[in-house]
Amino acid sequence: MDDLENLVNEAIALLSDVENVAQLEQIKVRFLGKEGELTKLLKGLGSLPQKDRPLRGNLINQAKKTVEDALDRRRKYLEEQRLQSQLEEEALDVTLPGRGLAIGGLHPVSRVLTRIESLFRSIGFSVASGPEIETDFYNFTALNIPENHPARAMHDTFYVDNGYLLRTHTSPVQIRYMKAHRPPLKVIAPGRVYRCDSDVTHTPMFHQVEGLWVDEEVSFSALKGILKDFMQNFFEREELSIRFRPSFFPFTEPSAEMDISCVMCGGKGCRVCSNTGWLEVLGCGMVHPNVLKHGGIDHEKYTGLAFGLGVERLAMLRYGVNDLRLFFENDLRFLEQFN
Amino acid sequence: MAGLEVESVEAMAPSFDKVVVAEVVSIEKHPSADRLNVCQVDVGFGDKSLQVVCGAPNVAVGVKVPCALVGAHLPGIDIKRSTLRGVESFGMLCSAKELGLNESADGLLLLPNDAPNGMNFRDFYALDDKIFTLKLTPNRADCLGLFGIAREVSAITAADLKLPVIRPAECAIDSILNVQIDNPEACPLYCGRVVQGISLDVVTPLWLVQRLERGGIRSVNAVVDILNYVMLEMGQPMHAFDLAKINNSHPGKIYVRYAEKGERLELLNGINLELEPDMLTIADENAPLALAGIMGGIPSGVQQETTDLFLESAFFSPEVINGKSFRLGFSSDSAHRFERGVNFAATRDALERATELILKICGGKAGPITEAKHALPQRQTVKVRASRVNRLLGIEIDGELISAIFKRLKFDFVVDGDVFCVTPPPYRFDLAIEEDFIEEVARIYGYDHIPTSLPRPEMSMLPEPEVIDISSMRLKDILINRDYREVINYAFVEANWETDFANNSSPVVLKNPISSQMEVMRSSLIGGLIANLQFNLNRKQNRVRIFEVGCCFTKNEGNYQQIENIAGLCYGDAVPEQWGIDSRNIDFFDVKMDLESLFLPESVIFEKSLHPALHPGKSAQIYKDNKVAGWLGELHPRLQRKYDLPKAPILFELRLSALSSRILPKIKKLSKFPPVRRDIAIVVSSDISAHSLLESMNAEKNAIVSEIYLFDLYSGKGMEPGKKSLAFRILLQDAEKTLVDKEVDEAITKLINVLESKYNAKLRS
Repeated sequence: MDDLENLVNEAIALLSDVENVAQLEQIKVRFLGKEGELTKLLKGLGSLPQKDRPLRGNLINQAKKTVEDALDRRRKYLEEQRLQSQLEEEALDVTLPGRGLAIGGLHPVSRVLTRIESLFRSIGFSVASGPEIETDFYNFTALNIPENHPARAMHDTFYVDNGYLLRTHTSPVQIRYMKAHRPPLKVIAPGRVYRCDSDVTHTPMFHQVEGLWVDEEVSFSALKGILKDFMQNFFEREELSIRFRPSFFPFTEPSAEMDISCVMCGGKGCRVCSNTGWLEVLGCGMVHPNVLKHGGIDHEKYTGLAFGLGVERLAMLRYGVNDLRLFFENDLRFLEQFN
Repeated sequence: MAGLEVESVEAMAPSFDKVVVAEVVSIEKHPSADRLNVCQVDVGFGDKSLQVVCGAPNVAVGVKVPCALVGAHLPGIDIKRSTLRGVESFGMLCSAKELGLNESADGLLLLPNDAPNGMNFRDFYALDDKIFTLKLTPNRADCLGLFGIAREVSAITAADLKLPVIRPAECAIDSILNVQIDNPEACPLYCGRVVQGISLDVVTPLWLVQRLERGGIRSVNAVVDILNYVMLEMGQPMHAFDLAKINNSHPGKIYVRYAEKGERLELLNGINLELEPDMLTIADENAPLALAGIMGGIPSGVQQETTDLFLESAFFSPEVINGKSFRLGFSSDSAHRFERGVNFAATRDALERATELILKICGGKAGPITEAKHALPQRQTVKVRASRVNRLLGIEIDGELISAIFKRLKFDFVVDGDVFCVTPPPYRFDLAIEEDFIEEVARIYGYDHIPTSLPRPEMSMLPEPEVIDISSMRLKDILINRDYREVINYAFVEANWETDFANNSSPVVLKNPISSQMEVMRSSLIGGLIANLQFNLNRKQNRVRIFEVGCCFTKNEGNYQQIENIAGLCYGDAVPEQWGIDSRNIDFFDVKMDLESLFLPESVIFEKSLHPALHPGKSAQIYKDNKVAGWLGELHPRLQRKYDLPKAPILFELRLSALSSRILPKIKKLSKFPPVRRDIAIVVSSDISAHSLLESMNAEKNAIVSEIYLFDLYSGKGMEPGKKSLAFRILLQDAEKTLVDKEVDEAITKLINVLESKYNAKLRS
């Protein structure tokens, strides 16, 4: 019996040294092949007495199975080894940069415009637009700024031709929209506007968003509510305080300017808010009856609120841009910060 | 917080102390320093004088100057008892600069002779004053004078208003000039008075000069100073004529009339103005003396030797003054007030107040006031409903509170139930309709006391068209995802850009451009993009991919066309320099794919064409639905040189309207059967466009051909000159069954036949 045991031990011992599949196959042939040693022992069963055959046969088969199992294990082991070394060879430097095109980005002014639009859309405001070369009538007269009114001089208008000018604000869209639609009206009008003024704090072209809501029960209180809601959501600051100061615009009565607590210092006072703790962010008011009249709306039945936001101003505050001119230089090093 | 914005509050002077008025009693040369003097000064210590060493050039016996005593803290220096080259000094005589009152000084600050020795200099010079700068809105001209501000503060704070009592001056002479108003609607009220025997040798009192200066007005002479001072007090601009220069036969007359064509007037600011018939003047019998309400003339102006005056205080209608400053290109304190409206109930009072000061300061005797009066501006009574106040403001206040507010504002009113009938006061020109008074209520009630409320939501959704891209956001997103950055440029450009990039020699021109680089409106976005490229190349950015969406402007038979374009520029490497990809310059076809992506799922046609800004062999016009949608190409080498660009950028510009709508997807059935793929390669003449080959095949193909695309192009070595080889991949599929070889062969043969017969194509083996 020992010969069988020795044979199995020998096979296992040999297998444990095997380093590749070829060697493994040789061992398989030597023990389990047609002429293999265990095969020969099985074939030699016939020479045994009948009564011994089952037992001996069983033992040989067990030995064969043990060797086969050992072979399998070693084969799996070798396969695993080979896979491991393949994986090692194939390993990348995953810290190398990704390849191909990256993505670009939206201009910060567009980004803020998009944000303003979606906030106002969320409370049911539509978006409208109007021409940039505007008539004197829509830009001034219809907005209750008659010829020779001192407010006209304050607008620093670019003139194009008799009766035509570059719109100085987005407010003319109010009139155009009122003429084209029946109340209730809820609309914002984003766009480029132009003023003949250029220094550190003024560019001759900039962006505004006009807002208009005309309905039967629109009040100054609602104006305050909507604009507070907007500012808090725009800056994502629930604690943002607002205040309204009386002001003058020919197209609203009462008129107001709105301040928010400084988003840079939280109202404690800093360079951005000139140490007042407040930032002037927009002008607004209740639509002047003359403006409603020009828009063809019954000013006794309906009341309206209107406001005008400066987009660059909001973008500067939101992203900490300290120089207005950066918006129109289009320096890629600036634009690349808005992805 | 009630409409008068305080822009700034500034102290008159920096803080310093122990500075007193000193009189220089005697001066001796310093024994060992040429430039220094040893002064004995009287600082009010009785007969004991103080020894001070001083180096100022203008020190002299008898002058009065500020003297900082030992222990004084001046801006930047502390005064100590000291010894200068062996002589003791017990203080310092000061210049305006040393006290921080001025940026520079030539010598000691000389004080008037009547300054009391030893008086605290801060008190003497009223240096503890604070300057409040108010930012007034154009509707509140009533606050262009101290009385008006006092009225306003009283209304806001409910403090009692105490205005000074103005006493009529004593009439000691009976000289008058009669006033004839030819145009009462332009000047409904004119008060004039003669004052004789004044002297302008007097110095305007220090207090008056200081108040004017702190109000931003320079001292001229005592009479002008007094008139300006009363204007700052009462808001009434006034004018003084030199009576001797007014041409008057006896009895004299002053006319208020419009100018006649050809008349001229030399104004106080030196402008010799040719008057126009809509300009109101004050004239004597011969000629205009002053531009009414705007500025006086030099010939009749008050001068040093003037002894007799004719004083004017009038009300000129805002409509007459409005717009004149703008047209003339200059303004004045007077015009600024008259065009906004001046209190017409105080015209006479202001004249009395000015007379009082002139008699007091310049001497002389006053004659009686001549007053020419016509219909003053109507003050219409306005009905203000308490209910409307509450509705417009969104508050609930009662009539009593509204009454109280109107009382504080000194409005005349009667109440009838809900309705207040209010008459605006003569100094307010901004109260004509109900809403104007509602604003007054809101102001005094306090904007901050009006609650914020959020309106009830309206539960209907807004339309959201899927196939129309109103904000062009989808297009922007596509380009951004293809590595473009959005830029925003000014819409006004150099005229050159228009000729160079759009061949537009008659662009929309601005009448008053801010500079010659911004004088015309762009009809193309390309100029701006090229400028952005230059800007960034100068900053060592050598790969630029930018786009802009903006309005472009043209003029067409008097009508302005404003269409929105989307344009882009690519320059430098096709992909950023990186490992594993060979660097390659961007070309036409890279950008073409960007454009095709914008139009998907629709396809557009690119047709070779000429464009003024583009390389004639590398540019295409783009057609969608047989309409021009824009163009694509490489910058013309001539312009590349002109704009000093090392390489040529690829440019495109499209009409946004061609891209604003797209097709709503309608899905085709997906086939369960495998597609068959066949490739064919042909050789054709080089001038045949790929598009025409594809177009012909698509037009003639069998139904089972689902897609044909070009996958290879070859020309050059190994090819016959003037020929090129194109390889097409053809996908065939049937939605209902598996294709058999025969059908496939037939379909392919048909395509080959088309190419052979139409384009003389040879199949490449």
